[in-house]
Amino acid sequence: MNGSSDKTRPLLRFEGVVKRFGDVPAVDRVSLDIHEGEFFALLGPSGCGKTTLLRMLAGFEQLTEGHILLDGQDIGDVPPHRRPVNMMFQSYALFPHLTVAGNVAFGLKQEALPKSEIESRVSAMLALVRLEGYGGRKPQQLSGGQRQRVALARALVKRPRVLLLDEPLSALDRKLREETRFELVELQQRLGLTFIIVTHDQHEAMIMADRIGVMNRGQLVQVGPPSEVYEQPNSRWVAGFIGDINLIEGRVAATGPQGTEIKSETAGRLHAAQPADVSLGTSVWLAVRPEKVSIAAHAPEGSQTNVFAGKVADIGYLGNSSLYKVKLDNGLVMTAVVANRTRLLERPIGRYDRVWLSFPSDAGVVLTR
Amino acid sequence: MRRGLSAFNMTAVALGLAFLYLPIAILVIYSFNASRLVTVWGGWSTRWYVALWNDEAMLEAAWTSLRIAFLSATAATILGTLAAVVLVRSGRFFGRTAFSGLVYAPLVMPEVITGLSLLLLFVAIEADRGFWTVTMAHTTVTMCFVAVIVQSRLLSFDLSLEEAAMDLGCPPLRAFLTVTLPLIFPAVAAGWMLAFTLSLDDLVLASFTTGPGATTLPIRIYSEVRLGVKPEINAVSTVMIVVVAVGIIAATLISKRGVVAR
Ligand SMILES: Nc1ncnc2c1ncn2[C@@H]1O[C@H](COP(=O)(O)OP(=O)(O)O)[C@@H](O)[C@H]1O
Ligand SMILES: [Mg+2]
Repeated sequence: MNGSSDKTRPLLRFEGVVKRFGDVPAVDRVSLDIHEGEFFALLGPSGCGKTTLLRMLAGFEQLTEGHILLDGQDIGDVPPHRRPVNMMFQSYALFPHLTVAGNVAFGLKQEALPKSEIESRVSAMLALVRLEGYGGRKPQQLSGGQRQRVALARALVKRPRVLLLDEPLSALDRKLREETRFELVELQQRLGLTFIIVTHDQHEAMIMADRIGVMNRGQLVQVGPPSEVYEQPNSRWVAGFIGDINLIEGRVAATGPQGTEIKSETAGRLHAAQPADVSLGTSVWLAVRPEKVSIAAHAPEGSQTNVFAGKVADIGYLGNSSLYKVKLDNGLVMTAVVANRTRLLERPIGRYDRVWLSFPSDAGVVLTR
Repeated sequence: MRRGLSAFNMTAVALGLAFLYLPIAILVIYSFNASRLVTVWGGWSTRWYVALWNDEAMLEAAWTSLRIAFLSATAATILGTLAAVVLVRSGRFFGRTAFSGLVYAPLVMPEVITGLSLLLLFVAIEADRGFWTVTMAHTTVTMCFVAVIVQSRLLSFDLSLEEAAMDLGCPPLRAFLTVTLPLIFPAVAAGWMLAFTLSLDDLVLASFTTGPGATTLPIRIYSEVRLGVKPEINAVSTVMIVVVAVGIIAATLISKRGVVAR
């Protein structure tokens, strides 16, 4: 099979995929293209349908509606054992009655390859995941991190067109998880494979993936590179799910090439650099990331747009940065995160101090949903 | 306070064990009785075992029983495992409740009724009663026990293991045979052992469904006892007890090993 000949055709295409269990849609009208060599992350809260989407791709769930195309071919009727995709299960699903080498060789034996080839591929794969010398052990005799690598090796040795990873790091402790993130990315780039990873951890998705698909209640709500999803969320829900966000409600007073003017009953005049594609008077939210908000002990001079006065309600020291929760005079609570660059502020801002928050016009995103 | 058996507990355990095993112990001891009179102790001897060895009819009955037990246990294990897989795996299908009820019913059905209904069935279809009808009757009943044992193991079986096998290129049936079956094997083996011992000591079903020429050991013993207890009966009973005990101990050990390996 040679699917890469046509550069413009996606390796994998979901077309209006729906999966209902009873009447409840677990996956709702998902359409998505994934390209050869991509590291794609499906991100969403628990229960949003990520695993179900992967299982449909692997062939364990039938689609209620829609199509899944691999290399342009509809794979809806292909049984799991004939699909050129492999899955790394969330529980790893290692065979307890087989050794590590037996687990890794299992998939190759199904292809009835010559014994010598199976042996050489298994040992090469064990070396790749740094498990040389562990081939004779049973999975029960391994640590969590080693089991994870066996599961990875077992799926990779089949040289799948797409490798599916269902929460591959969730069973590891934090330190190991952080190391393994980079190892996975490195492995994917070295082998030039297509990975689809499922995770509920936005840091994980942002660090590893080339593109992220954010899911909520079965729907794919936004797809894009990590920076785009973070900087240009398309809804309040996505903005809040990918990191912290300040939301200020208001109505559009003017919009055009010079940006969007928002009038808020509580927060005064706001300005965002981007034009908004809405009619005047529409109710919108201006979303600002806390690290884009600056905090000062004096009222800024000049323009009073995007400026709010308030009192520090709480301070959180995060080591490399500090987090200020400020109760504004209009009743809103806004958060500002400031990097701790210098060791001593000349006059540190304390609790209950009167402060002014401000952010530049290009910091905010206008959201209509 | 010492954590041990109090005098009361000790007595309770002793009485309980005595109640359960004293009759068996007496039977075993009296099988080594030298005296011809069953109730009179005449010193140690193995003469009744020698007599048993020369009792062709009794040995024939034992051989028949062993063959029936082996065949019916094997058939019951295959059918019971299939029933368990269907009940655990296939979710809801038309008639599922009825099917699971039907699988369990023979467990609680009085044996006399099962025996009678099987007899009526065999008469109705004009089957020659004998070896094969007893085997079928035993398969019917012991299959339910196998289904229950295997089902409980399958319920705790992680289905993603079988899915992983399919994902790696294994067709469904082969995935079941190479991954699931080895992992539930302790339960299957325990089911076979139980079916074997149940068949070996069944009197009621065999009496209903057997015919001339196929006398099982329990039937033989029972008919001899009615003419008075011979010490030889004690000997054959002792042999039976040993066979059954070995079977049960083996089944227990196998299923324990399965738990540890999991
Ligand atoms: N086999 C099933 N039968 C019924 N409901 C299911 C089944 N599998 C998943 N669901 C439901 O579908 C939804 C999505 O589940 P899942 O895909 O596992 O979510 P995620 O992996 O994002 O946590 C959940 O509400 C779950 O309860
Ligand atoms: Mg999941």
